[in-house]
Amino acid sequence: MSLEHLPKPEELVKEDVLTPPESPWMDTPTVFKPGTYSFPTAAKNLKYLGMPNPREWSPTDKDWKLPDNWKEIVLDGIRERLLKYRSFRVFMDICVRCGACADKCHFYIGSGDPKNMPVLRAELLRSVYRKDFTALGKIFGQLAGARELTYDVIKEWFYYFYQCTECRRCSVFCPYGIDTAEITMMGRELLHLLGLGINWAMEPVANCYRTGNHLGIPPHGLIDMWEFMVDDIEDITGVKVGLPVNKKGAEILFVTPSGDYFADPGTYTCMGYLMLFHELGLDYTWSTYASEGGNFGLFTSHEMIKRLNAKIYAEAKRLGVKYIIGGECGHMWRVMHQYMDTMNGPADFLEEPVSPITGTKFENCKTTKMVHITEFTSDLIKHGKLKLDKSRNDKTITTFHDSCNPARAAGILEEPRYILRNVVDNFHEMPENTIREQTFCCAGGAGLGNDENIEMRMRGGFPRGNAVRHVVDKHQVNRLTCMCAIDRATLSALCEYWAPDVTVGGIHELVANAMIMTGEHERTVDLRGEPLIPEEDEDV
Amino acid sequence: MYNSGKIIIGIIIFLVLATFPFWFNRGVAQAPPKLEVGTQEKQCVESTPFMKANHMKLLVDWRDYVVRDGKREYTSTTGKKFDMSLQNTCMKCHTQKTKFCDRCHDYVEVAPTCWDCHIAPVEPGQAQQAKALRSSN
Amino acid sequence: MNAWSSLFASLFAVIGLVIIALLGVAPAVGLGTLFGVVIPYVAIAVFVIGIVVRILQWAKAPVPFRIPTTCGQAKSLPWIKADNLESPYNIWGVIGRMFLEVVLFRSLFRNTRAEVADGAVVRYASAKWLWLGGILFHYSLLTIVVRHIRFFVEPIPSFVALLSSADGFFEILVPTIFLTDIAFVLAASYLFFRRVFIPHMRYISLANDYFPLFLILGIGITGILMRNVWKVDLLAVKELAMGLFSFHPTVPPGIGSIFFVHLFLVSVLLAYFPFSKLLHAPGVFLSPTRNMANNNRMVRHINPWNYPVKVHTYEEYENDFREKMKEAGIPVEKE
Repeated sequence: MSLEHLPKPEELVKEDVLTPPESPWMDTPTVFKPGTYSFPTAAKNLKYLGMPNPREWSPTDKDWKLPDNWKEIVLDGIRERLLKYRSFRVFMDICVRCGACADKCHFYIGSGDPKNMPVLRAELLRSVYRKDFTALGKIFGQLAGARELTYDVIKEWFYYFYQCTECRRCSVFCPYGIDTAEITMMGRELLHLLGLGINWAMEPVANCYRTGNHLGIPPHGLIDMWEFMVDDIEDITGVKVGLPVNKKGAEILFVTPSGDYFADPGTYTCMGYLMLFHELGLDYTWSTYASEGGNFGLFTSHEMIKRLNAKIYAEAKRLGVKYIIGGECGHMWRVMHQYMDTMNGPADFLEEPVSPITGTKFENCKTTKMVHITEFTSDLIKHGKLKLDKSRNDKTITTFHDSCNPARAAGILEEPRYILRNVVDNFHEMPENTIREQTFCCAGGAGLGNDENIEMRMRGGFPRGNAVRHVVDKHQVNRLTCMCAIDRATLSALCEYWAPDVTVGGIHELVANAMIMTGEHERTVDLRGEPLIPEEDEDV
Repeated sequence: MYNSGKIIIGIIIFLVLATFPFWFNRGVAQAPPKLEVGTQEKQCVESTPFMKANHMKLLVDWRDYVVRDGKREYTSTTGKKFDMSLQNTCMKCHTQKTKFCDRCHDYVEVAPTCWDCHIAPVEPGQAQQAKALRSSN
Repeated sequence: MNAWSSLFASLFAVIGLVIIALLGVAPAVGLGTLFGVVIPYVAIAVFVIGIVVRILQWAKAPVPFRIPTTCGQAKSLPWIKADNLESPYNIWGVIGRMFLEVVLFRSLFRNTRAEVADGAVVRYASAKWLWLGGILFHYSLLTIVVRHIRFFVEPIPSFVALLSSADGFFEILVPTIFLTDIAFVLAASYLFFRRVFIPHMRYISLANDYFPLFLILGIGITGILMRNVWKVDLLAVKELAMGLFSFHPTVPPGIGSIFFVHLFLVSVLLAYFPFSKLLHAPGVFLSPTRNMANNNRMVRHINPWNYPVKVHTYEEYENDFREKMKEAGIPVEKE
């Protein structure tokens, strides 16, 4: 499906969207409407990863070809997870259904489907938990909010646990901090036990496992892509930047999402890294093996996070670097910040990160030994180590989209803003309910950014689109800056639909535009090859 | 990570708070106080159960009749007439505030405001104390 | 089950409980000891043991990953102001954050309401009523419980008297109306009516939500009736309570039935507590998104069940791509 098949924006979301239907949710069957769900995992990917029940099937089929003992598998899976995750057990027990989370979910606001309220999304699983794991549920059944685990419940789970981007916005508002991301992760793990997953998440997982990156680019392909960028940079600036790859003994390993090697506008951000590191004379290296910072394992299972993440420390150790810098990415930073060290650490073979340029010790990274690129760059700017000509970004009137995970799972809020203020003159915030810890998701994270799911993406993208439109009207904003590769891909479609004429880009694209490099010739175009001064202005 | 230490401390705090009345009483069931009615009269202005539950309401009504309406005579349900006066009617029989009013009020933590204005009658024990106090001055 | 059947099932359940208590203590039946002694003891035991067992059950599951929800700037570079309350980086920040959450309902205070208008516009309005209702409800309940200590112990600690006199400060009517009695009934009613009148609240509400609300409203209303309408002999009530709490149980004669209804509803609430959503009270302390510091990259977190997984090693990777890597000029381990 594509955007043209969707109704006009003002037709898609109407005033009465949030009016709940008549039929109670436990009695409402799940309908797989084209445009609102993702295609299932291809058998070859499950087979390659050694995951259960590889087969070809479709959500619209009546028979999903589940193993005969599917019910037992799921109930055992729940039991196991209740014993392994306190979060899961506590979140199953303590929700009071106060409803504070309900209209905080972008998918609920955009679709009005009550099962997209975080509280009901959790109840989909909680009702089964009550039936089989609590005394009152066993005795009183539906009166105690319990229900039998049926084939239809599994279908419902598949639909709604793949209509959550694990963005954690609801968890900010929950008086008990109940995190739907945690519930969705458990739900997806349970579904994977039956061989139920979506291909747009699992193909990248399989690719990443084999080639080191989600897109499945082999090492020589990466070299081609990077060299292409090096050439582009030389055309634009006259400077030929270095391209250290798999370089043993480098001081720093740089890891970033592979989406930025491959597709615009992510490539401009990637060029930005190449230019910045070259200008600094940084002793660093790219890696073809650890060529992916992102980790779609996060959208699969905890085990898969660990399986894919292992290569980061392994490569750092093999190359003998001192520490790691990570590029602009959202969910990657949830993994690096909250999971990596616990899963694959301790990183005792690395050193506590110190910026070779400013001497700043990154004390906040002293055990994980991985620095966020905006921490690194804002420190450079603070110490005056970059020569910046903001006027080269003058045609850009930008706003900043906080990506869910850096905001709500790491608290990286000020660094990107500090950098932005130093590289562009025109920076306007979106309304406060839509930024920082309250930021709205791009609606394409957690594996949902695929084409077949386009209607649900645009519905979920409605709150973000609406906020962008607001600053377009108020400040003539023409650029949505973000620090996430998934954002750069999905927000582009979102803006095309909800806020046309707004382009999307990363922070380091703007940094590199503004940064005056040693030996550069006078720049006439930006990294996108577009004139620094728009042509219509010259006519005036 | 289990945080067992913190959880155990939490459970102990919960147990201490939740069982407060048990350990505070130390297993002693203090018998409710005996009231010394202080009179041979068989009946108060109204029946005993009524007085037990509603004396506060009756007294407030009396206050309003006397202070606001200037009425002083109360006719009880039995038809008997009484002067509506805390000091001259109630305290005539119940002469000892400390052994009648206070015992019950203290037991269930009630703080009536009667004595903000009224002066309690001097009780036998108190009279001697007061005398001793005066002579010592 | 739809919203209304959940609501009425809960309502009838509570009415049923009231009738059971009334019948039980009627002179002809005479189960005063059951309702005045046995059931309260069982209820208290279930409450205390049930909660401890539940907490231990939670405690038995580890917290494998440090997953705080960050709601403010993390500690990073020294010149960037970190928000220790919204994104705590040490134990004091965590204590502060938990204090705000538990005592002031911090997260609920953030609440907003999304309104969608035609033309695909969404607006966010402040929505603090739920916070206010929640605060009023919980603090009234706490005050009322503490005030009840006057019936439970002898001598009565002075803070109880102080609290009661503050609560009855305006001295309206005799006996004084307690402000928290009014606030409690109002707040509980608000929490009930929002479930009924807000469409999406009605949609998500279960009998599990209505039942405790009706129960607690029933307790509040019987309490107020007992104080202001159908008065009971407090001397006898305290004798009964003291008997329970000193393990010399007794049921003095002459206590009105309304008291036993009140006591029975309280007993049911206590016994229901450890099996229900009321567990949010102990549970909030164990919520990993709130009670953990956002110091992930500073202090390593240990997962007790971390197990080795199958990975694709560099060696396997190089074996897959060695020739191509050499062609592209990428250094390899094995020539």
